[in-house]
Order: sequence, then C-alpha cells, then structure tokens
Amino acid sequence: MTTQEETGIYGLMAEFDTPSSAVAAARQTYDAGYRRINAYSPYPIEELAEAIGFHKNMVPLTVFICGILGAIGGISLQIWTSAIDYPLNVGGRPLISLPSFIPITFECTVLLASFGAFLGMLIMNGLPKPYHPVFNVPTFDRASIDRFFVCVKADDPKFNEDETRAFLTRLGAREVSHVEK
Amino acid sequence: MAEVFKKEGYVDPRPPVLGPGHNFRSISEKIGDIVLMRGFQKGWVFGFAIVFLGALMLFNTIGYLVLKGVGIWGNSIPVAWAFDIINFVWWIGIGHAGTLISAILLLLRQSWRNSINRFAEAMTLFAVACAGLFPALHTGRPWVDYWLFPYPNTMGMWPNFRSPLMWDVFAVSTYATVSLLFWFMGLIPDFAGLRDSAKNKVQRSIYGLLAMGWRGDARHWQRYETAYLLLAGLSTPLVLSVHTIVSYDFSVGIIPGWHATIFPPYFVAGAIYAGFAMVLTLAIPVRKFYHLEDFITIRHIRNMCKVMLATGLIVGYGYLMELFMSWYSANTYEMFMMKNRIFGPYGYMYWLLILCNVLVPQLLWIKKFRDKLGVVFLVSMFINVGMWLERFVIIVMSLNRDFLPASWRMYKPTVFDFTMFFGTIGFFLTCMFLFIRFVPMIPIFEMKTLLPESKVDEHKVEEHISGTSVGANPLPQFGD
Repeated sequence: MTTQEETGIYGLMAEFDTPSSAVAAARQTYDAGYRRINAYSPYPIEELAEAIGFHKNMVPLTVFICGILGAIGGISLQIWTSAIDYPLNVGGRPLISLPSFIPITFECTVLLASFGAFLGMLIMNGLPKPYHPVFNVPTFDRASIDRFFVCVKADDPKFNEDETRAFLTRLGAREVSHVEK
Repeated sequence: MAEVFKKEGYVDPRPPVLGPGHNFRSISEKIGDIVLMRGFQKGWVFGFAIVFLGALMLFNTIGYLVLKGVGIWGNSIPVAWAFDIINFVWWIGIGHAGTLISAILLLLRQSWRNSINRFAEAMTLFAVACAGLFPALHTGRPWVDYWLFPYPNTMGMWPNFRSPLMWDVFAVSTYATVSLLFWFMGLIPDFAGLRDSAKNKVQRSIYGLLAMGWRGDARHWQRYETAYLLLAGLSTPLVLSVHTIVSYDFSVGIIPGWHATIFPPYFVAGAIYAGFAMVLTLAIPVRKFYHLEDFITIRHIRNMCKVMLATGLIVGYGYLMELFMSWYSANTYEMFMMKNRIFGPYGYMYWLLILCNVLVPQLLWIKKFRDKLGVVFLVSMFINVGMWLERFVIIVMSLNRDFLPASWRMYKPTVFDFTMFFGTIGFFLTCMFLFIRFVPMIPIFEMKTLLPESKVDEHKVEEHISGTSVGANPLPQFGD
C-alpha cells in the first residue's frame, strides 16, 4: 500500500483489440499469480470475469432477501391496518381476508426485490463513482466502444512496474499504459 | 442466442437481425450520432411542434378540469366510468408490450428483441404516465390523491385493502417504478458510451452524470447482467399481474358484462396485442426517418406481426366466449347486455370493434402483407383504434343500460373528453420525440453482442496463450 502511495500509480493498463485476446491475457495474468486484476469491455463478457477470478456474485441473494422483506412487509401492513388498527367489516368478510391481500403482497414483493436488484447492483459495484483513476488513461474512452482492457493494480503483491509492464507487453497488448492515481 | 445450437453449415433462411457490414465502432456511431449530433433536424422540429401542441392541449384541459371539476366530462350516472377509465386501460395495455419485449423475450433468449427493447420500454414508461393521469384526475380532488396510499394520518383511517381499486393503486405504481428502474438500468452502459464519444463538454458532463462512473469493469458487468436478468424475471409476473388486476376492477363487480372469469387472460392478451400495434405504429416511421433499417430489420417487423396475430386470435376467442357465456349463464341481465351490446344504440361500436380487432388483422396471415410496411402500419392503426373501442364497448355499454330501465341513460362525451384523450396522445408523442433525440433509442451495447466478433472463441484464446512466450510456464521471476 505504501509503495502505491509513494509512486502515485494505480496500476498498469494493457489494451487489446479482440475479446479473445483480452480473455487469453486475463487468464495468463491470473495464472502468473496476479490477483488484483481488473478487466474492461464495451459489453458483458462472461469469460472475462471468470478469467480474473470473479465467482462470488451476491446480487441474487440480495434480491431474494429484499423480496422476502417485501412480502412480509406487504402482508403485515394489510393485516395490521385492516384487522388491528382499523377493523373494517366489508360485507361480513373475515377481518384477515387473505385471498384479498395476495395481490398487494405480490406487488410489494416485486417492488422491493426490484429495488434490491437495482440498488444492490449499484452499491456492490461502488457506483456512482465520480472519479476513478482508470479514466486517466487517454485511450480508455474506447473501453465503451471497441477496445478491451486488462489492468493489473499496483496494490497487487506481485506488482513491479517494470516487470509487470514487460509481462503485459509479452501477452500481445497493443499498448501498456501507466495509470495515474 | 439460438445461433449457438445450430449445426455447422446450416444457413438461416430468415433475414438477419442486424444488417451486414457493421462492427463495434459503426454501431456506436450510427446509434450514438442521432443523440450526439449538433442542432436539430427540420423534420424533428416540425414533428415536435405539432405533438407539443397536443401536450399543451392536455395541460390546458387538466387546468380547466382542476378548476371546474369532473363535471366538464360527459360522465353522468349511470355511466360514472367512461373516457377516463377507457383511456386508462388503453394506455396501460399499450405499455405492456414494452415489458413483454424487454423482459419476457429476454428470458426466452430471443436476441432479435435487442434492437427494439429500449424503444418499447420508453413507450411503456410514457404510456403508464398517461394512464396514471386518468384515475388520478377522476378522483375529482387530485390534490388529495395521496389518500390512496397507506400512511399514518390524523383521520386514523387506512385504505380498504380488499378493494380491487386499491390493488390497482399498488399494481400501477409498482409497475411504473419497476419499468423505470429496468429502463434506466439498461441505459447506464450506453450513457457511459455517450460520455466517452461526446463531442463537447456539456454532453460529456450530462451523460457522464447519468452514467454514474460506469467503466465496463468485468465484475460490474457480471453483477449487472445478473441484476438485469432478475429484473426481467420479476417484471414478467408483474406485467401479467398488472393487467389481471386492471381486469379485476371490472370482473370483481357484479355488473353484467364485467363479472366474468375470462377477463384476466383476455385483458392480458389484449394488452400485448395493443402494445405491439403501438410499437409498430411508432417503429415504422422512426426506422425510416433515422435510416435504422440495419437495426430494425424486416425480421423484427415480421416477428411482431406474428405476435399480434397470435394475441389477436386470443382476443377474438375472448369475444366469442363472452357471447357464449352470456347465453350459457341463462341470466336475463347478461343476455340483455349482450343483445344491447350488439344491436343496441351503440351497436355500431361493437361491429367496428369486430372489424378492427378481428377481421382486418387476419391480413397478417399472408406473408406478402407482413413484408409490406404500409400494410403493417395500417393494420396496427386499426388495432390501436379497435382496442380503444373494446374498452368503450365493455365499459360504457354495460353501464348505460343497467338493471332498471328507469335509470337508463345514453352517454355522450363532451369536448373536454376528447381534448383530454388526444392531449395524452400529444403528451405521449412529445415524450417519445424527446426520448429519440436525447437518449439512444437502440441499446448500443446489446447490439454489439449480436456481432459475430463479440463472442469469445476458445480456439483463438488457446492460440493466443500458446503464441505468447509466457503461455507454457509462468515467468520464473514471478515465482515464489
């Protein structure tokens, strides 16, 4: 960590032309023992995330928990308001008329689960993020258009600017850029 | 992604879902330039001016309505529900195609949907906004509409959760919220793309703000894809529940012509039918004006025609079942309602409905007509009108001659019913014009996944690995 702060470097960014070459490079970087790797692509590439060792995706669990909370919240709101706080006799039906409560319970489940998916994705991804060092790379604006990037971060224990640069160049990168913090 | 499962050497006889000769950059430029170009095209300004007049008409009507009350409409006992609810159901139905295209077709792995989903989702949002206006204003005192929601209040009261109208409040507001989240989430990577190819500082800041720092990180994409798929999975039952609940507004009541178990499936099919018709009504001119034939190909038009044909037949079956049930029920009121519906004073509306929704769409059986844009456009216009007539037939005709002949009364819409209705069309189109100009109407990153070079080829990965010196054994200097 201290070296990173001293040098003011975030990492080294290697640029690739095709998804296949980026995936190959990411796999080799991971196999070489680097662990703090990032990869960037203009559209989702499942192989790329796997190559850099990303397997733990907590979004589904978040959505599930939020959905359960929505269901419990929806049904208890209805039971408490219509049977306890403000008992309302509608046509002699029971106060807790479960079949009538299902539609709103369902809607609350979907609503909270959707917020879980959207906000969970954003928060786990650390967004919104107004500033990020990778944007300092001049060619990085093509990461959203037609280029693929593999970045080895400076806080990786194996990181050594010269050696890592040589390594990334040997992987067939078009260009290896220094990422300023 | 059906392509994966195909045998080698198999040539797909269908037209492609993406025109030939495109690459990553050309897709970004072709779609992005519509948004990023300087100034406005004359055609856009002219069209916008016209539809904005419609929106102004709506705002004026609403102003007058709030000032004078719902008495300016033609609604009067026994027809207490008229244009307001007809238009509400019509707009909500139109919105459903957007969710169907974006969610259900995503789950079914229909990758052709990629080019029309953004457009259809925007349509959903604006249609739901128009729909929501009607019940909100029909309450008569729109400034206390917040009473619809359960909140602790000094009156010590809670809403009646056993009422379908209350379910409707929850269904429509959930639907609007989830549609907005789904739409905005789909836009985040494209906003990032626009930020990166922005031509000036203003564009860069605005799209940069909307992109929230998205940088296409592989980990982010994984979570994004999962969240997107889960949202699609949640939207699918949601969209079915929304129109089911809308149909409960009617079918839970005991009015002849409303109290029918067929309503939920019949309403859902009608909603999809109307929605696809509206997508085609909008997509055909936009495709031509912006030269998007490479992205919205004839294959899309054909597929949408087939969906309309299928849902149209379900709707036709619904009409048939309504006839059958009114006879089979052996209920005097039900039978009279049906006789009144077909031969009564508004009978011509019923026959127009059959013409628009059942007869004309049968043209789509013929392949030649599915390929003719003019014919498809005309048929979808007929369906748009037909679906409005359907709601008129169901709502007004069941109410205007109810159980007691002494209370029968003809319903006549006033000029404000019409300015309100056409005003919402103007407002809807105004929103569409703004959307097309300022937001990429075709998802750029999803279109890229349709390109053959977007796929990771394992053979090539192997070649790259063995072709570089570090492939066989990791560099010794990195060893422990």
